[in-house]
Amino acid sequence: LLLSSPLATCLAVLAGWLVIGFAALLRPGSVRFAGRTLFPLGALMGVLLAAVAGVNLISGGLERLVLPIGLPDLPFHLRLDALSSLFLVLLGASSAGISFFAAGYFRRGEGTAPGLLCLQYHLFLASMGFVLLADDAYSFMLSWEVMALSSYFLVTTQHRIAEIRSAGFLYLLIAHVGALSILLCFGVLQGGSWQFTFDAMRAAHLQPGWATAAFLLATFGFGAKAGLVPLHVWLPEAHPAAPSPVSALMSGVMLKTAVYGVLRVTFDLLAHPLWWWGLVPLALGLFTAFYGLVFAAVQTDMKRLLAYSSIENIGLVFTAIGLSIVFAGVGMPAPAALALAAALYHCLNHAFMKSLLFLGTGSVLHATGERNLGRLGGLIHRMPWVAWLSLVGVLAIAGVPPLNGFVSEWLLLQSFLFGDQIPHSFVNMLVPMGAALVALCAALAGYVMVKFFGVIFLGQPREASLARAHDCGALERIGLTWLALGCVLLGLFPGQVAAQLALVTESLLGTAWPQGGTWWLFAPLSDRQVSYGPLVLLAAVAAVVVAVVLFTRVVRRQRVRRGPAWDCGFGGLDARMQDTAEGFGQPIRNIFQSFFQIERELPTPLDREPRYRVKVSDRIWGALYQPLGAAVRRSADVIARVQQGRIAVYLLYSFVTLLVLLALVL
Amino acid sequence: MRLVDLITQVLEIAVALAAAPLFLGWINQCRAWLQNRSAPSVWLPYRNIRKLFEKQAVLAENASPLFRVAPYVVFGTMVVAAGIIPSMGTGLPLVVSADAIVLVGLFAAARMFLALAAMDVGTAFGTLGARREMMVGFLAEPALLMVIFVASLISATTALPAITEHLATQALGLYPSLAFTAVAFTLVLLAENARIPVDNPATHLELTMIHEATLLEYSARHLALMEWASALKLFNYACLGFALFVPWGVAETRTGPGGLLMSVPALAVKLVAAGAGLALIETVSAKLRVMRAPEFLATAFLFAVLGLLVHVLLGA
Repeated sequence: LLLSSPLATCLAVLAGWLVIGFAALLRPGSVRFAGRTLFPLGALMGVLLAAVAGVNLISGGLERLVLPIGLPDLPFHLRLDALSSLFLVLLGASSAGISFFAAGYFRRGEGTAPGLLCLQYHLFLASMGFVLLADDAYSFMLSWEVMALSSYFLVTTQHRIAEIRSAGFLYLLIAHVGALSILLCFGVLQGGSWQFTFDAMRAAHLQPGWATAAFLLATFGFGAKAGLVPLHVWLPEAHPAAPSPVSALMSGVMLKTAVYGVLRVTFDLLAHPLWWWGLVPLALGLFTAFYGLVFAAVQTDMKRLLAYSSIENIGLVFTAIGLSIVFAGVGMPAPAALALAAALYHCLNHAFMKSLLFLGTGSVLHATGERNLGRLGGLIHRMPWVAWLSLVGVLAIAGVPPLNGFVSEWLLLQSFLFGDQIPHSFVNMLVPMGAALVALCAALAGYVMVKFFGVIFLGQPREASLARAHDCGALERIGLTWLALGCVLLGLFPGQVAAQLALVTESLLGTAWPQGGTWWLFAPLSDRQVSYGPLVLLAAVAAVVVAVVLFTRVVRRQRVRRGPAWDCGFGGLDARMQDTAEGFGQPIRNIFQSFFQIERELPTPLDREPRYRVKVSDRIWGALYQPLGAAVRRSADVIARVQQGRIAVYLLYSFVTLLVLLALVL
Repeated sequence: MRLVDLITQVLEIAVALAAAPLFLGWINQCRAWLQNRSAPSVWLPYRNIRKLFEKQAVLAENASPLFRVAPYVVFGTMVVAAGIIPSMGTGLPLVVSADAIVLVGLFAAARMFLALAAMDVGTAFGTLGARREMMVGFLAEPALLMVIFVASLISATTALPAITEHLATQALGLYPSLAFTAVAFTLVLLAENARIPVDNPATHLELTMIHEATLLEYSARHLALMEWASALKLFNYACLGFALFVPWGVAETRTGPGGLLMSVPALAVKLVAAGAGLALIETVSAKLRVMRAPEFLATAFLFAVLGLLVHVLLGA
C-alpha cells in the first residue's frame, strides 16, 4: 500500500522522523543511543524520502490527501506535485548526508541534552517536509511555525552563552516578522472566498492590485526566511551560533523552503505573474548576491563567512526567479523555463555544497576548538578527509567546471543572454547589465573560497595546538562523502538533472522546455548551438594530465627531494608571516570600502605595546535596525505610561471606555 | 565527426603547445629591440622549459599533495582551453562540450588551483601572490565575461566557433560595440597574463610581483609546467582575441582542408602583429602600483559594459 502511493510513503517518512525524535526521549542523556542508532536511522529515512519523491517527480504523479487532524473543520490538505517532489528530493538527499554526519558529531556537554537535541532535529526535518506538502494556508503556517521554533531551539543549543541567546532571539524575531507577512499574503490570496485551501486560492481571480500586494507580501515574508538584504542580518548571527549540522540544515535546506514558498505563491497560486514583478526579486537578488559576497570576503569567522556566502547564493536564486518572472510575463516561455531551471538547479547545488562546507567547519571546530580563521591553518596534513572533501565543495561553490556550481551559473548566464529581447525599453538594457553583476559575483566567489580553504587547510598551522588536530570519524566521513558525491554527480550529469527540472518548470509555467543533447552532452537551447559536456571536458583534462605524468615519470624517471621553504636567505620563516584572514580580505575591504562600516585603531610609533585593531560591520545595522529598534522602544515607553500599576487608574480607564461607548451607542 | 575536424583539433592543440613559448619569446625579443637592449633568442623559453624538465624537483617540507597536483591541473586546463578556441578552424569536435562561458570557467579553475598551491607552503610571498592573483582575477574575469557576452549577443550564441563564423561572415561589418570590448579585452589580457602595467614578468622584487610570487616555491618539472601553462594562457588569450575581433582567415566548417592550410599563415601573421603590439604597450607604459590595479581593471569592466550598452542601444 505504501509503495503504491508516493504521498503516503512521504508521510510515513515524516512520521518516522517524528517517531525517531520522540524515541530519543526514552534515553535523553545517551549520546550513543541518539548518535549510533537514531541519527543513522533518520538518514536512511532521508534517502527513502529522496528516492520516493524522485520517482514521483519522474513519473509525473500528482496526489492529494486530506488528513483529518488538527482543529475541527480544519483538516490538513496535502498535495504532492512536481515542485514539492523536487524540494522533497532536496530535503531527503541533503539531510541524509547531514544526519550521518550529525550521528558522529554531537557530543556530551554541548548545552542541550542529546535526546532533546535529537527530537528538535527530527521535528525540524519533519516540519520542513510538511511545509513542502501543505496544500492549505492553515497547515502551511502551522508547519512553517514548527520549523521556525524547532530551528530556534537548535540554534540556541549552547543556551548558556549570552551571545548565542541573542543570536537566537534575532532569528526568531525576523522569522516571525516574515511569518506575519506570509500570513497576510494568504489573507490576500483567498480573495474574499474565506477558503484557505490552496485550491481555492488558485481559483480566486484577484484584481491586479491585490495580486501585486500578495506577491510583494510573499517576497517580503519568504525573503526574510531566505535572507534577502536587508532582512539578512540573522544569518551571520544564527549560523555561527548553531551546531554545524544545524547550520548545514538551515543553510542547505531551510533557506530553500523559502524559495519553495516564493515559487509556490508566484507561479502556482497567483498563476499569471505580471512581468514587472520580476524586477523586484531580480534587483533585490542581485544586490543581495553582491552584498553577501563582499561581506563574506572580509569575515574572520569561518562560519560567518559561509553564512554570508549563503546570502550570496540565495541572491543568485532570487535573481534567476526574478528573471524567470519577467520572461514569463512578456511571453518568452523558453528563456523563462531556462531561468527557472537555473534557480531550481542552484537550490539543489547549494543544498549539497553549502551543507558540505558547514559540516567541514564542524569537523574543524571539533578538532581544534577554533572558529577564528586567524588561529587555523595547515589542516590538510592533519585532517586529509575533511580537507579534500571540503575542496570539492569549495571548487563547486566557486563555480569551477566540471562541478555543480558551474552548471547553474552557466544556465543563469545563458538566460541573461535573452535579456536584450525583452520588449520594454530600458529593461532590455538593464537586464544584460545584471549579467555583469552575476559575473562579478561568480568571480568574487572564487576569491572568497580561496580565502576560506587556503586559510583553514593550507599553509602552516598558525597555532601550536593545531598539531593535535585529528581527522573526523567514520560516520562523519560518510556524511561528507555523500554530500561531496552529490556535488560531483550534479555537476557531471547536468542533462539528466535538467530533464527532471524541466518537468517542474513545465508544471509551473505551462510550457514544455525542449532539450537536445545526448547522455553526455547537455544542450538546453537546441536552436542556439549551445552545449556543455562536463564529462568530455573532465576526460580531456584528465587525458592531458595522464600524458604529462607519463612523460615526466617514464621518460625522465626522477624522484622529488624535500627541502626547507625558500626564506630569501634570511631564515626564521614562521607561521606568523603568512597572510591572515584579515590580510586576505584587505583588497576587498579597500575596493568596496563604501559598503562597510569600518572602525580602525592604528598604533602610533610611540606605543609600547602596539595594537592594531580593525572591526568591519554591516552598515544596515546602523542605518535600519538600530533606528527601528529605538523607535519600537520609544513607542513602547509612550505606551508604558498608560500602565500605572495602580488599580484606581485602571478602573478609571474602564469607566472612560464605558462612557465613550455609551456616547457612541446613544 | 569528419576526419578534417579531428585533424583540425589535434593540429590546434599541437600548434598551441608548440607555439606558445615561441610567442612569448617573440614578445620578449620585440621588447628588447624597442628598449634598445640586445635581444635574447626567441628560442629561450624552450630551452628554459627543457632545462627545468631535466632538473630534480625540490618540494618544500610541508607541501601537501595539492601542491604537486596543481601544476598538472593548471597545465591540463590550459591545454584543453587551447583546444576549444577556434584559432585555426571552427570545426572542432571538443567544442561541443565547452562554450565561451566554460572557457572563462576553465581559466577560473586554473587560477584557483594556482592560488591554492601558492598558499600551500605558507610563506609570506606565496600567500601575498595568491591574494593579488585572485584580486586581479576577480576583477578581470567579469570583464572578460562581459566581452564574451557582447559577442554572444551579436551572434545569438555562446559557442565560440559559431561566434567566429558569424563575425567573420559579416562583410567587414564594423560593430561599434566590439570596438569598446576590444579595448576592454586588451586590458584584461594584460592583467590576466601578468604583463605591464599590472604586473612585471621580469621582476622578482617582492613589492611588485604578483604572478611570480605564486610560483616561488616551484622547481624543476613543476615549474616547467607552470611556465608552459602561463605561456599557453597568453597564447590562448591572444587566440581568443583573434577569434572575437579579427576572425578572418580561420578555416570554416564548409571550406574543408584547404582552409586549414590557409589558416596557418593567417594565425602566424596575427601572432607576429599581436606580439609586437603587446611589446609596444609594455614598453610605453609604466607598471602601476598594486593598489592601482583595481582601477585599471574597473576601466576594463566599464569598457565592456559600455560595449554592451552600445550593442543594446544601436543593435549592433
